[in-house]
Amino acid sequence: MSILKVDNLSVSFKQYTSGLRQTTQKVISNLSIELVSGEILAIVGASGSGKSLLAHAILGILPVNATTSGDISFDGEVLTPKRQEQLRGKEIALVPQSVNYLDPLMRVGAQVRTSVRKENPKEAQKKVFKRYHLNQEVEKMYPFQLSGGMARRVLVSTAMVSGARVIIADEPTPGLDSVVIEEALNNLREFADQGCAVMLISHDIESALKIADKVAVFYEGTVLEIAEADKFEGNGDRLQHPYSKALWRALPQNDFRTNID
Amino acid sequence: MSWQFTWNLATYLFWKSIKIASLLVSISFISFLLVKNSPIDPIQAYVGADMLHVSAEQREKIEEYWGLNEPVIQQFFSWGSAVLSGDLGTSMIYRLPVSEVIGERFYNSLALMITAWLLSGIIGFSMGVIAAMKRDTWMDRVIKGFCYTLASTPTFWMGLLLLIVFAVWLNWFPIGMGVPSGVLAEDVTMMDRIKHLILPALTLSIIGVANVALHTRQKLIEVLSSDYIVFARARGEKGFTLFWRHGLRNIVLPAITLQFAAFSELFGGAVLAEQVFSYPGLGQATVEAGLRGDVPLLLGLVLFSTIFVFVGNLIADLIYRVVDPRTREGQSYAAK
Repeated sequence: MSILKVDNLSVSFKQYTSGLRQTTQKVISNLSIELVSGEILAIVGASGSGKSLLAHAILGILPVNATTSGDISFDGEVLTPKRQEQLRGKEIALVPQSVNYLDPLMRVGAQVRTSVRKENPKEAQKKVFKRYHLNQEVEKMYPFQLSGGMARRVLVSTAMVSGARVIIADEPTPGLDSVVIEEALNNLREFADQGCAVMLISHDIESALKIADKVAVFYEGTVLEIAEADKFEGNGDRLQHPYSKALWRALPQNDFRTNID
Repeated sequence: MSWQFTWNLATYLFWKSIKIASLLVSISFISFLLVKNSPIDPIQAYVGADMLHVSAEQREKIEEYWGLNEPVIQQFFSWGSAVLSGDLGTSMIYRLPVSEVIGERFYNSLALMITAWLLSGIIGFSMGVIAAMKRDTWMDRVIKGFCYTLASTPTFWMGLLLLIVFAVWLNWFPIGMGVPSGVLAEDVTMMDRIKHLILPALTLSIIGVANVALHTRQKLIEVLSSDYIVFARARGEKGFTLFWRHGLRNIVLPAITLQFAAFSELFGGAVLAEQVFSYPGLGQATVEAGLRGDVPLLLGLVLFSTIFVFVGNLIADLIYRVVDPRTREGQSYAAK
């Protein structure tokens, strides 16, 4: 069942170049995706290609100098800025990249508690910390005191307690060791298995493929191809777009080739 | 608070006290040299107009008595050892011990400086917050324009302006001084003192406001564009809650620090504001001591203001250490 649908989305930024001349730079163009409950859609593509902006556009938290066009609908209803405001953190939750996304001067327990929408905040936070094996003393810690793995679990906790049906995970794996990556990915899989629709934004195809149901290949601000995860195999012959094939073959365990033919 | 933290604090305070000691020694030495080489003639300054009646022999005798013929270093040491034993000398213009003059003047200035300090802090902070939260709206522009104008306004000019408008034209406040003239000291009421305080305090705080507001605005804009604000917004926080939970928390510490570090500006501003309003505070005493060659008082004031500013900076530093969890609690996960 489709929960969130992005149709023909374009995002552009107004910028001042050389003095007072204003230009608009298009970062996302004509992008369409669909998030289905119980499924993980991985958006893979190079770092810095504007994948995070897609997440921000869905949540409606783009900077003020950004303009968007196209439609985003949630539960079949068009997402207006007002509706986005209502749904943020309630039906759509973000799992951000790093510990920098936590307020450095607020204890992490309190930050998780502010994300609770339906239950008793204190209880929900205790429950989720227990579930993610975070000790009792962690709730009294400040973000700088967390290890990489703990930070990840705290970030996932904020999404878990919100009770949202759409989870957007923005680059949840960089800079972590393989055990923690595994854990972070499993947590996302659990979300999907509970019936959430998960969007996993990553530049790391290899780990994305471990859990994703579908993969959208993101390039130059748009999605070139959406393929089932199992099509990424062998020489990539079942993939349609040359860029997807090239991306797949460029992986070390495949051909390690970087030229597009 | 951990044992480690207490230990760190102790070593920190130890180094700070060494710092202030060496600072005071070098400041007093430099000031002493400067005064020594200035055209001030201490005997002339002390005797005043009666100098005409002092013969050359008498003058020589005073010089000998005061040790003015000795080498500079020795003079410095005899002054320095007197200071160390708590004797700052006698002010030549007030004919009172320097410590007493400073004490009394500081008491007057304290009311002025505290009022100005609190007002500029609170008003400036609120203005900065409003400007940043309403960034690029007309409110932001008005506040910014106001601040830029104020920041480029000399203190004494602002003082004169307030004096002309509120004291001369509107006649709301007295023209100057700390208490009404022609009234016995015991008849001076609290109301009188407050009335005399308002204009100088206002002058001093108006100037301070601009600085505080612009700093706060900048800091809050920086905080608002940070990742954790993006994430807080993604979790549905907005408007006042967002500011209260994450904005305020992250700007209040630098603001308080800045406020304490501004002690030097406060002192500098007080010199000008007090001069304009003939307010009998430390600032005015400094100007008097400088103009009339009151060397002991001048040196005493230099030492006092050094300590004053140093204490301000020390408090700012300490607040950071004690309040900010990042310096207070350390990396605890590594230890556990």
